[in-house]
Amino acid sequence: MMYDLKEHVIKFLQRGLRVDGRKPLEYRDISIETGITKNAEGSARVKIGETELIVGVKMEVGSPYPDTPAEGTIIVGAELLPLSSPEFEAGPPDIQAIELARVVDRGIRESRAVSFKKLCIEPGKKIWMCVIDVVTVNDAGNLFDAAALGAMAALKTARFPEYDGEKVNYKKLTDKGLPIEEEPISVTVLKIGEHFIVDPSTEEEKVYDARLTVAIMSNGDLCALQKGGDAAVTEEEISQMIGIAVDKSKELRKHLSAI
Amino acid sequence: MESKLLIQDKEIAVPGEILAEGMDFVPGPGTYRIGETIVASRLGLVQVDGRALKLIPMSGKYMPKRDDTIIGQVVDILFSGWRVDINSAYPGMLNIKDATSDFVSKGADLTQYYTFGDYIVTKITNVTSQKLVDLSMRGPGLKKLKGGRIISVNPSKVPRIIGKQGSMVSLIKEATYSRITVGQNGLIWIDGEPENELVAIEAIRKIENEAHLAGLTEKVKEFLDANKSRIKEVEMKPEEPEEQPERFERFDRERPRYGDRPRYNDRPPRREGDRPFNRRRFS
Amino acid sequence: MRSDGRKDDELRPVTAKAGIIKRADGSGYFKVGNTEAYAAVYGPRNLYPKFMQNPERGILRCSYNMMPFSGAGERVRPGGSRRSKEISLVTEKALLPVLELSEYPNSVVDIFIEFPQTDAGTRCAGICAASIALADAGLVMKDLVSAVAVGYNKGRILVDVSKEEEDIEGMTDIPVAVLPRTGKISLLQMDGQIPPAELQKAVAMAKEASRKLYEIQKQALKDKYHSFEVGELR
Repeated sequence: MMYDLKEHVIKFLQRGLRVDGRKPLEYRDISIETGITKNAEGSARVKIGETELIVGVKMEVGSPYPDTPAEGTIIVGAELLPLSSPEFEAGPPDIQAIELARVVDRGIRESRAVSFKKLCIEPGKKIWMCVIDVVTVNDAGNLFDAAALGAMAALKTARFPEYDGEKVNYKKLTDKGLPIEEEPISVTVLKIGEHFIVDPSTEEEKVYDARLTVAIMSNGDLCALQKGGDAAVTEEEISQMIGIAVDKSKELRKHLSAI
Repeated sequence: MESKLLIQDKEIAVPGEILAEGMDFVPGPGTYRIGETIVASRLGLVQVDGRALKLIPMSGKYMPKRDDTIIGQVVDILFSGWRVDINSAYPGMLNIKDATSDFVSKGADLTQYYTFGDYIVTKITNVTSQKLVDLSMRGPGLKKLKGGRIISVNPSKVPRIIGKQGSMVSLIKEATYSRITVGQNGLIWIDGEPENELVAIEAIRKIENEAHLAGLTEKVKEFLDANKSRIKEVEMKPEEPEEQPERFERFDRERPRYGDRPRYNDRPPRREGDRPFNRRRFS
Repeated sequence: MRSDGRKDDELRPVTAKAGIIKRADGSGYFKVGNTEAYAAVYGPRNLYPKFMQNPERGILRCSYNMMPFSGAGERVRPGGSRRSKEISLVTEKALLPVLELSEYPNSVVDIFIEFPQTDAGTRCAGICAASIALADAGLVMKDLVSAVAVGYNKGRILVDVSKEEEDIEGMTDIPVAVLPRTGKISLLQMDGQIPPAELQKAVAMAKEASRKLYEIQKQALKDKYHSFEVGELR
């Protein structure tokens, strides 16, 4: 049947339409709300159409990696909660969740969005670890772009908790925000048949051939890529997909800049 | 004690809500009596019909009912038939003898009739108290669906989408030059020109959202008129005549209560080899 | 007067909604003070493995989980703890008495309860949200379930204790779930010390407060379907 659905999706795309009535390169409505949970140091709720997820940032003090003694770090976790889709099962994060977390991590890490140097408290001994958790509330497609957007929104609004050199006092947040130095935007482009779309719905995610998630910095440079899907793509297709992503990133950036 | 209605007609009642006091009222579907009160047993729209109180469900998964014409998807092929997902907690079983009049020899390849993923319009012939569901393809309009797409609506809204004698769905079909089959289980099959299909789906969603408003037919007509410019006129391929399910106001029927037994005398006479209550028939 | 200015029998501000998670068969949202619960119901649905099926009645599975960033203090490690497993169990038992699961033999009803932020009284907020979700899912039910925690300290009974109050030395915490129509109790736990006569008073106060919660839950469900109230049925 999925095969039939794919034919049907392609029949629509040949007319420049999606099965939900959108244009191929049209996003659903996006909204970002920040500061939605008071126990996190930073948080955001992102909605893209009916897709909804929450990102929370917790700041922890830990010891640095031996090879980077003067750098703090970020840790990204993602949970595809069974609350948010009949297709998600309870249990430890499966490969889908792990990929989502790692793709979000790469966009932030490689764009140097958070200055790791400024997260260092005492070289070789103590650093800030910035734990970013993505949890899904309703999965109606395109968790990748929503998660990346939510992670940046949560980071931008996060505040350091009070720290006396020994214990973190989570009850008191300081006025100091995180050292944010870049704002990467993630855009996922899907290839279905010969057609390209952005912001896939649940149905489209079931029938796509190839997927490319592109993280784009504010100067337009790329900082992370992830190709997914069962089909291989040509070089021309890659440049087309990147072109679409760079173009659409401007639209998404407006939402993030507004925070 | 004097009888008293505690809720207005057409109001929403929640489970456990006391709808009426006194013995003058009679509990209908979705309600039950405790002592001298009538209580809602689920979320629904209250309908006061003289002395009878009933609830029209507003939500909920499809519960299989005998004689319902539904849309299902083949999910497994067994020795003697097919297992079909019918958008419910319970799969339906389609036996070879109810699927074709061909002679099918033992061990034959059943995929030539229906294969994995196929969507079919089928009829429920029997539901046991343990919710074993028998399906049949014998009857007008029962067929395999080719192409198109499936959308799902809440099963409680299906009677409105079909309309009296199929009037509502015919209205949409004609206005959008699309082929539409509505299953009582809330799955709807649509196939048409992309632009037209989108208008048809919007019309169906409108009915789903406004199912209990007055003058629904007029509203849908207005909507279709307003969107006429989006419609591409096409010639409809001749379609084999489609039988609409006989009963439309499904919620008028008493739902089986706990403890109900299947009504044996309603069942067709048994044929040889027909062992309807043997659970292991297909395994 | 309590530290947040409430009277002893006063609830924190409560918000409730129905139908907030579109992909679920039913869903509920319940916020009391700074404790916020989402609940989603999936089912009745097919139950596998088959040996778990019960031919006489459907089974209910509950999962209580705190989002990693929801707790006061350190991050909650994902993956469930002994605490969350126990709360899942008592939540299931709190909800079971209202469900008519004999309508759904061989199937399962799954409830997932998640907390984006917590400030005491999570299991009670979770039960309130779950009960909205179950009704929204159109399941056959005898009643809703309303729940609230009462605290007892030095002869004083406090309704709906906050985290701050819960942390007071010697505070006894008593979560109670009530079936509103019959007044029966389906969840009762206690952490701390209390004379038997005072417990009776505490439970009575919980029942009184749960009535207010019930009205809010009821309204949330009615509001979701409000648009259908107007107009005429043909």
